Amino acid sequence: MTAYIIRRLFYAIPIAFGVSIVCFALVYIAPGDPLQTILPEDASEETILMVKKAYGFDKPIPVQYFIWLGKVLTGDFGLSIATGRPVTDEIFKALGNTILLAAGAVLVAFTLAFTLGTVAGYRIGSALDRAVTGIAVIGVSVPNYWLGIVLVIIFAVELNVLPATGMGPRGSDSFDILVWNDFRHVIMPIITLSLIPIGIITRTTRSAVAEVLNQDFVETLRAKGLLETEILIHVIKNALPQVLAVMGLQFGYLMGGSILVETIFTWPGSGFLLNKAILTRDLPVLQGTILVLAIIFVATNLVIDLLQTAVDPRLKRS
Amino acid sequence: MKLFKRLAAAVSVTAGLAVSGHAASAESVLRVAMTAGDIPIVIGQPDQGFEGYRFVGYNLYDTLVLWDLSQGETAADIKPGLATSWKIDPNDNKRWLITLREGVKWHDGCDFTPEDVVWNFERISKEDAPQFNVKQFGMIRNRTGSIEKVEVLGKNEIAIVTKDPDALFPYQLSYWFMISKCRLTELKNDYEAYANAPSGTGPYKFDSIVPQERLELVKNEEYWDKDRIPKHDRLVLIPMPEATTRAAALLSGQVDFIEAPSPDTIPRLESSGMEIVTASYPHNWSYQLNFVDGNFKHKAVRQAANYGLNRPEMKALLNGYMEEGYTNVPPSTPYHGTPSVKYEYNPEKATALLKEAGCYPCKIKLAISTSGSGQMQPLPMNELLKSQLDAVGFDIELKVMDWNALLDVGRPGREKNPDIDGINISRALQDPFSALIRHVYTKQHAPKGSNWGHYSNPKVDALIDEVYLAFDPKVRMEKLTTLHELMVEEATLLWVAHDVNPRALAPNLKGFVQAQSWFQDLTPIVVE
Repeated sequence: MTAYIIRRLFYAIPIAFGVSIVCFALVYIAPGDPLQTILPEDASEETILMVKKAYGFDKPIPVQYFIWLGKVLTGDFGLSIATGRPVTDEIFKALGNTILLAAGAVLVAFTLAFTLGTVAGYRIGSALDRAVTGIAVIGVSVPNYWLGIVLVIIFAVELNVLPATGMGPRGSDSFDILVWNDFRHVIMPIITLSLIPIGIITRTTRSAVAEVLNQDFVETLRAKGLLETEILIHVIKNALPQVLAVMGLQFGYLMGGSILVETIFTWPGSGFLLNKAILTRDLPVLQGTILVLAIIFVATNLVIDLLQTAVDPRLKRS
Repeated sequence: MKLFKRLAAAVSVTAGLAVSGHAASAESVLRVAMTAGDIPIVIGQPDQGFEGYRFVGYNLYDTLVLWDLSQGETAADIKPGLATSWKIDPNDNKRWLITLREGVKWHDGCDFTPEDVVWNFERISKEDAPQFNVKQFGMIRNRTGSIEKVEVLGKNEIAIVTKDPDALFPYQLSYWFMISKCRLTELKNDYEAYANAPSGTGPYKFDSIVPQERLELVKNEEYWDKDRIPKHDRLVLIPMPEATTRAAALLSGQVDFIEAPSPDTIPRLESSGMEIVTASYPHNWSYQLNFVDGNFKHKAVRQAANYGLNRPEMKALLNGYMEEGYTNVPPSTPYHGTPSVKYEYNPEKATALLKEAGCYPCKIKLAISTSGSGQMQPLPMNELLKSQLDAVGFDIELKVMDWNALLDVGRPGREKNPDIDGINISRALQDPFSALIRHVYTKQHAPKGSNWGHYSNPKVDALIDEVYLAFDPKVRMEKLTTLHELMVEEATLLWVAHDVNPRALAPNLKGFVQAQSWFQDLTPIVVE
């Protein structure tokens, strides 16, 4: 197992390296200049050149890349062009806020979706199955930003029982999820974020469970006289690798933060940060955030692979 | 149902506690939702466009020359700030003699001195000065680039020497914020540290900042202008880029004052008792035109486009929240004058002009953005404009791009984009240079300046040269008025709208007067 983990970690290095090149290239290919937003619209060419030089943007792009990479390898992501703050601080603070939402959404979505999907898969064709399938279709079809706005209108504007935005009266610095007044701020964002994973995981679980139920060994288990609950445990165990793979992907997406959901709720997470960095062409923040998120994705996939292997040892052999 | 009742009860109790807690506190707090995506930087010259100037710049800091934002009847003009008076040296028309205000203190307790002005000039101009900051240099260079040197003449006297005679120079001083030499020196010129403890002379003092989330300022009881000591204790500035979110935050009581509610949310806000304030202000939603390469080089085509626009229809599209733009500056501007032509909707005349110019159908490509600072609602507005102009004989192609990409087209000028006939970048018209000169002066041809389409007219250039030499305000006003009238006659832009900058205020706010300016004074607001 240790050798397997080391091998997988080794594979992750070129992936992260490749991601860093791609994200660096992408932000340069995109139209717009990183200095555009910090300089006045009528800044002269002479001023632009001087500021470009100060930020090192006058150097060839490959040189800029290796300078950036060299710093990143020592843990220095540089300073944000827009705010002058260290990118490392910006990313990890935002990531911490996103994790709060992602953890909540994982808890809600994974539990609900796995339960609903299993029930639907087990009772395929029943009214319950149709109802669950309906929920899943809604989950994947309804845009979550629309749901977010609707929730805000109902619960914040009309009923005035939940706050519309932000992380509380003093912001994230004093946010404590165990305090009700702060907890109220995460309710609507978590529900909104859970929508898509609920849809996707429910559908996957349903089809995985239904597929396993049709396999011969289930008939054998029934013939041996096992209780339905015992059979269900076997079915779930066999369906789990497929479901885990999808859960892993969804977990990665949630950790990346949702630009739309975080913008609607003014939640200062990684999606909000990324959105701002895209709009202002804040290259150090963009590159740093994308790299960190990519590494999280790679790590998530690794963990999921290990979990799948633990659940189904045949995968390790293959 | 039982569960719902319990939940409702818990929520009511919590809300009750929150309300009683608020009532028990004597502090009055004004919470503002800005359109910005982040807190504007606080180290002097702010970012986030003029919203940064409005909420951070003029609240934390002062400039030598300030804007009079106390009334909303006429366009705001400059007034004394840290300088009490200024005049041109009778013996040298490049040397401004400035008297500084006495008894002003920085928020850190140090005295404001003439040496502070020299130090602030070096901060944005002298590369080897320890306080030099290249980003701040870039952000204010277009305003201070004309300064040759700053000299201390006495206890409260300085002289600023410009590179060329510039009668409009006091306007440029109104954008240059003075920061505390004491504080930055104490922090060893470390701007990252200074950003957590900025010190100015403005009506508010810095209290705390949570990056990306909120900036809290408290009133400066010792502010030198006693009439502008804030009438509330604390000002909280919250970045909230999404318009629907701002409206929801106001309706749910999370903020008291929001910037730019979208026109479709305004009826809902009004029905909830919110006050909607609007005022004409020096903003221009227009197109800068290419005078060299395409069909807009013909005056008749430019005039046809202006006659072909049905601006009342555009106003209806925005639920009435715009002022029809027939000229470069709104009519309330002192140098608006009485242009000889008014581009009221006249489709027949537009078509006739196109035929006369031999451009029918007349192909035009306009670069537009999907959003952006001051761009109002660019997509529906541009679609309507296209349909109106196509109807009179134009063949409009809209080249849609994001805001940064459009700025990339705008900055280098028409030479790099000869296929584009016009760019839809909204402009501030805060002062005569921004409003008029930069669009039409040959010396302002892009990329050096903002004359994107390289308009060039010896008559206009001569008039502008005279403006720069007109140190008598009355003479200067006459020349500026003539310049504006000439620009309108020449149809130097395609004018569409002046924004009226709606804001929504909670019913418990009293005393706000919306000035005809990009900047606003929050200090008179009483939070009841």
